[in-house]
Amino acid sequence: MDDLRKKAKDLLESQAVNVIIGYGEGTSGAVRAIFPRKAEETDKLIYDDRCTQNLAVYLMKHEIKHMEKKGIVATIPAMRSILQVASEYQLKEDELVILGIGPDGKLVDIPGFKAMEDYLATQDFGIQEDDKAILRKIDAMSMEERWSFWKDELSPCFKCYACRAACPMCYCTRCFVEVNTPQWIPISANEIGNFEWHLLRAMHLAGRCINCGECGRACPLEIPIHLLTYKMTEDVQTDFGVTAGLKADMPSVLSTYKLEDKETFIR
Amino acid sequence: MDIERKLIKRASLGKLVEQLRAEGKVVLAPKKKKNVVFFEPINTIDEMSTDYIATTQSPKAAAFPKSDRILKFENGKEGIKFEGQPTSVYPETVVLGLRPCDATGFDSLTAIFNWDYKDQLYNDRLAKTTFIGISCASCDAYCFCTSVKGGPGNTHGTDILLTAVDGGDFLAEIVSEKGKKLAVSGQQYFEADSGADKEKFLANVPVKFDVDTLVPKAQNSFESPVWLEQSLRCIGCGACAYVCPTCACFDMQDETTGSKGQRVRCWDSCGFGLFTLHTSGHNPREVQSARWRQRVLHKFSYMPERLNVVGCIGCGRCSRACPVDMNLSEHLVNLAEA
Repeated sequence: MDDLRKKAKDLLESQAVNVIIGYGEGTSGAVRAIFPRKAEETDKLIYDDRCTQNLAVYLMKHEIKHMEKKGIVATIPAMRSILQVASEYQLKEDELVILGIGPDGKLVDIPGFKAMEDYLATQDFGIQEDDKAILRKIDAMSMEERWSFWKDELSPCFKCYACRAACPMCYCTRCFVEVNTPQWIPISANEIGNFEWHLLRAMHLAGRCINCGECGRACPLEIPIHLLTYKMTEDVQTDFGVTAGLKADMPSVLSTYKLEDKETFIR
Repeated sequence: MDIERKLIKRASLGKLVEQLRAEGKVVLAPKKKKNVVFFEPINTIDEMSTDYIATTQSPKAAAFPKSDRILKFENGKEGIKFEGQPTSVYPETVVLGLRPCDATGFDSLTAIFNWDYKDQLYNDRLAKTTFIGISCASCDAYCFCTSVKGGPGNTHGTDILLTAVDGGDFLAEIVSEKGKKLAVSGQQYFEADSGADKEKFLANVPVKFDVDTLVPKAQNSFESPVWLEQSLRCIGCGACAYVCPTCACFDMQDETTGSKGQRVRCWDSCGFGLFTLHTSGHNPREVQSARWRQRVLHKFSYMPERLNVVGCIGCGRCSRACPVDMNLSEHLVNLAEA
């Protein structure tokens, strides 16, 4: 933690960055994102097991984007989000300084996107065992059973869009759910409206989601919506051999055509 | 009317629920799914959860559902036909197990839905709803009802308020005419008051700020730097508004299939960027700090000014639900001390 604070302090003092996006103590034992802009505020930075929020989401937030040069405390999911978002031309390398955090919670030296790619190439990105178990359980279900599983899970959804807001990849200024000429999907938080919202969101994240699980964690109603995008990640991996968030210049897997693609309909 | 004190045994409460169901009433009570507690219809008291400080979802949906039909329309040979939503189909409903703060929340909603236009859907639903509250025996760090003139055993807004006393039985305070009517029709379940000291069974909710000092401060804080500082970590979702018992914003939507359709009103939130976006492309609340300010000032400045009611009951739901630890009472203390 001292290393982290020292590096953050140096960055602000030398004016290499205008803000550090990091973790600090919150209320009732929670941690929260903090944004030190003065060297003396870096004492408030912390890192421990409670720091699970994917801070990359703030890189796309209007107020913070406009702070120009930013330092970000980046865990592995945050690093992958940064590369993914950069590959979608939403971030530039020179506006960021990475304060990388390894799986052991220690500061990792990540001097640029190339170093981040090299570092990530040495890491494993497994999902949690309990999530894996539910995915396999859903795989084994019949179509009717799946429908009733998701109907039950999605029924309390009131469309607060915390899943969308917490996701670094959901940066559209106008989400498809808000396109109303014509209306794409029902706004109502009813059965069909909830299904269409969550399924389409998962589709939009296919090949882009880096499995941080932030959408599921953000849900105030504990709906396991991260399972939908996790499943998409598995399918993209199986069908195209592609893992998102490993390279800063990776073409989008679902909107890129290659001669060797196995589908024949386009040839 | 004067509050009448009775006693209702725990087992009798279950029988009362059965009687209400037999009379055809919908009984909404806290039900737990994983760690989340919702108000949902129950048939027997065994389905009800008692393991909650405040339910995750507030009881406001009893009078203001998340998605509610206003009218139906059909485009035919003779032009477009409209059919307004008949409110006579709304069922008689009993909300059981809401907290004293929750009951107060309907003051805000009623003020908003009757400010100018008298909202028939809301008013008719509310008229058919009876509230049987349960006092709070415990609280958590997010609770601040006592800072907004509420209290863990306040009777205001409930029709009957139950307080668990010695041996798990309930002191039943019959507060309103609606409560009296219910107590008369289920009179075999209500017994003579045992004289329990109610205060002894209530949570001790610390006062965090003085609302009479806060409101004038809020009224002069539009240009304050606190809004940006507090809201930098806000990600702009609607979780706070959707669990809030007093948030009343809604969006109108027409849902059409072929030549038929319905107009529905759906919950909306001032925290969303699209909420105030004009057709021209101009957005008077372009950034999250402006939206966060709107949320706080609506409750602590505009509502006291225009509707003579503070739009917050101190239930703490917004702060418990927030994925990024936006803690309202902390921010209000912040503002009071600014």
